[in-house]
Amino acid sequence: MKRRLDKKDFRSFLQNLIETYDLFAPVKLAEGVSVYRKIDQPEEVDLTHPNPQKPAKDLFFPQSEEMLRYEKIGKHSQMASLDEVKRERVLFGARPCDIEAISIIEKVFVGKEYTDVYFLEKRKKTTIIGLGCNHPLSTCFCSSTGGGPFLRARSDLFFVDLGEAYLVELLTEKGLAFQKNPFLKEADPKDLALVKELEEKAFEKVSSSVPIDGIDKRLDLMAESSFWDRVHEGCIGCRVCTYLCPTCHCFDIVDEGDSQKGQRVRNWDSCLSPLYTLETSGHNPRTTGRERTRQRLMHKFNYFPKTFDQVACVGCGRCILYCPIHFDIRKAILWTSSARPKSF
Amino acid sequence: MDNSTMIQQKIRDIAKDLLAKKTVDLVIGFGEGTLPLRVTPRFIRNPEKVDRLLWNSFCENNLATYLHKFSRFKLGLVVKGCDARSVIALSLEKRFQPGQIFMIGVPCQKMVDRKKVSRAVKGEILQAREEGDLLYVKGDGFEVSLKRNDFLYSSCQACTHRNPTRADVMVGDPVEELPLKETYHEAKEFEKMSSEERWKFFEKETSRCIRCYACREACPMCYCSECFVDSSNPKWIEKSFSPSDLQFYHMVRAYHQTGRCSGCGACERACPMEIRLAYLTQKLSQDVKELFEFETGMDSEAPPPLSTFEIADKQDFIK
Repeated sequence: MKRRLDKKDFRSFLQNLIETYDLFAPVKLAEGVSVYRKIDQPEEVDLTHPNPQKPAKDLFFPQSEEMLRYEKIGKHSQMASLDEVKRERVLFGARPCDIEAISIIEKVFVGKEYTDVYFLEKRKKTTIIGLGCNHPLSTCFCSSTGGGPFLRARSDLFFVDLGEAYLVELLTEKGLAFQKNPFLKEADPKDLALVKELEEKAFEKVSSSVPIDGIDKRLDLMAESSFWDRVHEGCIGCRVCTYLCPTCHCFDIVDEGDSQKGQRVRNWDSCLSPLYTLETSGHNPRTTGRERTRQRLMHKFNYFPKTFDQVACVGCGRCILYCPIHFDIRKAILWTSSARPKSF
Repeated sequence: MDNSTMIQQKIRDIAKDLLAKKTVDLVIGFGEGTLPLRVTPRFIRNPEKVDRLLWNSFCENNLATYLHKFSRFKLGLVVKGCDARSVIALSLEKRFQPGQIFMIGVPCQKMVDRKKVSRAVKGEILQAREEGDLLYVKGDGFEVSLKRNDFLYSSCQACTHRNPTRADVMVGDPVEELPLKETYHEAKEFEKMSSEERWKFFEKETSRCIRCYACREACPMCYCSECFVDSSNPKWIEKSFSPSDLQFYHMVRAYHQTGRCSGCGACERACPMEIRLAYLTQKLSQDVKELFEFETGMDSEAPPPLSTFEIADKQDFIK
């Protein structure tokens, strides 16, 4: 079902969302810095940044999340689990890459053998409103990883910016709940033609193509390759690429506090940190950056596809844009495909 | 041949000679990036491949940070003024053997802030080239020329030590040491605020921190085998995102740089959240200069003031 939202009604539409839901959308934090945040006022929503630095995974699997808290009162101890998500939530303005990434993480957190209630609770109670990517960047390679700038899969509603208005597609049951939204009007056939045009243009813009097909098999043969020396050589071991990655989902659980009072917290972890697999004995199976950068790429392009039939990369390009030493993951993917990696 | 091209050629010639004669195991310089306005550190071992090294106004990384990672090798290192100062500071901290590092010094033309350039145009920059004092940038529907001096990194604008203080070989002619801005301009700007305003500013900046530690890893002087934030026993700091933990990290990181920071700005450039960091280290450098007449990496012999004690040291802070 297709609808149209005039931009003059956009503010009221958002206000309406805020009244009914907890609304999350991109917010500008500083010049050139944007993140997804809970919205209190429609004016906070900022869609001018191509893609927020921190991906939308943060709303389902927060960088830091309290799992439980405890307190000793007199002779008794009290324990409280997490608060349930009280209000239905809306994620507005996420790009198809970020939305695809949420479904990738979901494979891990809501699996056959294990269900993570923290993730599931948020996921179940969230309506996702995707936004078509009219201006993909040169670092985008979503079409190589099975996505696309207008991929609607897993969006409940999908917005396309037509300039004066948005075309709004209601795609799922959650999406159809918006059928009677007073600000959504009948779509014009002209709008549909414009969407098609924008979609084609955007698809053409995702020009960089990387050889993803069969990458898991190629990497099978490369566990001890000198390729990894080259990959890790320039890496300074910060965590930018993993924290800003919409699919990276490793975490570390720590207890904060003391014997009287405290909380158990789950924080994002990063395979590029020397602490990542440091064992209590002091032994670390991933001693150097070589093993750690290998873990990063192997997890994305070998272990994950073997388990879930899909690479753990959506081609959003954040790791390329924000790497302090400008390592380009596309180069590494390319090197796996040539018998002799392109030398430095 | 313009100056950058000449420097680039000389870097290649020197690297080739160093590798061919096995004076060094590898040369670390800069190579082509995959995006306009960007270069990437490049590691050359084969003398036949020195033409992969380049020099331009985007060579922003402080390569001295790699001395720790390659501590078992003899290195040829391309250094700007600030990078050379970091190497000297590290040599005073005995981070490498005498003769282990061969410094290829480049008098620096001041580096261009790619983010500032990006913000000056509407749309993504798809092509860029540099010609003399001009930058030509091109994207979807725009093509403009910009004056390179309007887009320099803040740390570069205030730099008074563009010529490496020491190098094993110097590439190119010395440049005139004139800052475009006052050396400690960010610290001075910060000092003008009231203490409440300062706290607000610091609080706002650090609140964006995602604890990726890019500032720490990009810094050549951050090399503790176990950073205080990573230690779990004793635990100095929690690992989550309470404002006090974020603030604590940034304060300690800055303080640990006292008398050791060359002001290269690598920390700020590395930050994906654009957190301003330089005003803190600048203030400390300014204090060290005023109190101890010491500037990091200007003298290969003078011990860093905070690791020595002299009777004449100013002690009026003890009351």
